[in-house]
Amino acid sequence: MSDMKTLFKEGMWANNPALVQLLGLCPLLAVTSTITNALGLGLATLLVLVGSNVTVSVVRNWVPKDIRIPVFVMIIAAFVTIVQLLMNAYTFGLYQSLGIFIPLIVTNCAIIGRAEAFASKNNPLLSAWDGVMMGLGFAIVLIVLGTMRELIGQGTLFDGADLLLGPWAANLRVEIFQFDSQFLVAILPPGAFLGLGLLIAAKNVIDAQIKAKAAPSSEPEKAPRARVTSLT
Amino acid sequence: MIAQSMYRNGAILTAFALVTTGGVAVVQSMTAERIALQEKQHLMQLLGQVLSADEYDNKLYLDCTSSNAPELGPGSPHIIYRATKAGEPAALLVRHVTPKGYSGNIDILTAVKADGSISGVRVTRHEETPGLGDKVELAKSDWITSFNGLTINADNAKQFAVKKDGGQFDQFTGATITPRAVVASVKQAVEYTQQNFDALFAGKNLCAGDVQ
Repeated sequence: MSDMKTLFKEGMWANNPALVQLLGLCPLLAVTSTITNALGLGLATLLVLVGSNVTVSVVRNWVPKDIRIPVFVMIIAAFVTIVQLLMNAYTFGLYQSLGIFIPLIVTNCAIIGRAEAFASKNNPLLSAWDGVMMGLGFAIVLIVLGTMRELIGQGTLFDGADLLLGPWAANLRVEIFQFDSQFLVAILPPGAFLGLGLLIAAKNVIDAQIKAKAAPSSEPEKAPRARVTSLT
Repeated sequence: MIAQSMYRNGAILTAFALVTTGGVAVVQSMTAERIALQEKQHLMQLLGQVLSADEYDNKLYLDCTSSNAPELGPGSPHIIYRATKAGEPAALLVRHVTPKGYSGNIDILTAVKADGSISGVRVTRHEETPGLGDKVELAKSDWITSFNGLTINADNAKQFAVKKDGGQFDQFTGATITPRAVVASVKQAVEYTQQNFDALFAGKNLCAGDVQ
């Protein structure tokens, strides 16, 4: 069970796909202008990641090393297409507002990164858990960034939540403050870069503090990492 | 030896290709009906915004024609939905495009009634700057409703421009290009539709049997 705990920590914090591996930044930066978009893309990525991780793990012993990448790509592309069709059918409004970024999940290197670095070497259960944790870690960063940008840029929260969750969610929209004109930088792509930079900085500060506290007593434990920094 | 592993890998790749495309095909056939329904609802809701339901009694998505007129902007053909009431032509709902926005094309839907007046205008897709040019969206500003009920004739054609150009439409603070592009495109589309109203109604129906 300690494996599961390690995976939890890796996905959520120590090896977070968005904050540490810095993978999948294109959708991360492009769609996080509102919480709704962030949540929608986060869930879609999570679904694809779990599906592809489990499948890759199940078939890992039948796939020769030489052709593993095309096989992984086919599996991921199939899952993305399925998620895209399902979103088109059941969350049409959100599908429209996420647009090109759903098919672009195929190119999210976090997904093939996890398939290659983890799922192809571990059993389906652990791989599923890894998918859930990595997906959640990614989704949470998306949501935090979306919250920051929507709040600063538009002064609202959950704008357009009904597109994702159904008509009842229209009441979720809260107007925190009103602008005469919106704070443009937060909504435009530069705001996403600034926001992500601040989040990474905050994470590093917290890490440094934890390390400083732990350092005098014992040497920091080195967990075996499955980093995929060579992929971009 | 090499040939053998090539055959084997080829066979494995083929098997995976079959299974994955098979999976996609199954989901596609399960969702196709629902996606068509969603798209129809979306279209109906869009058309309903520019023409109120008591103005017509036919199924708009089953009656359309198209036009390649340059007045309607690039990217032809442009779809034109035809509304009738008791068999009489009631209105034309024209999808047109302007390339003169600040960033990319702006897609517009304009409904023109049989008497030549504008029933409603909506911007259906744009990439204008958030917070400035995007006030052409109804969700951001009610500017787009200032077209409602207007008509264009020889007397007021000059009024069909933003205030900066001597017309009657407000421009937005910090964004004149977007409303100028929208007003000009609507003007051209309405003039074109007024001149070709009967011809467009006489044209072949392209949407019949599209969806039930």
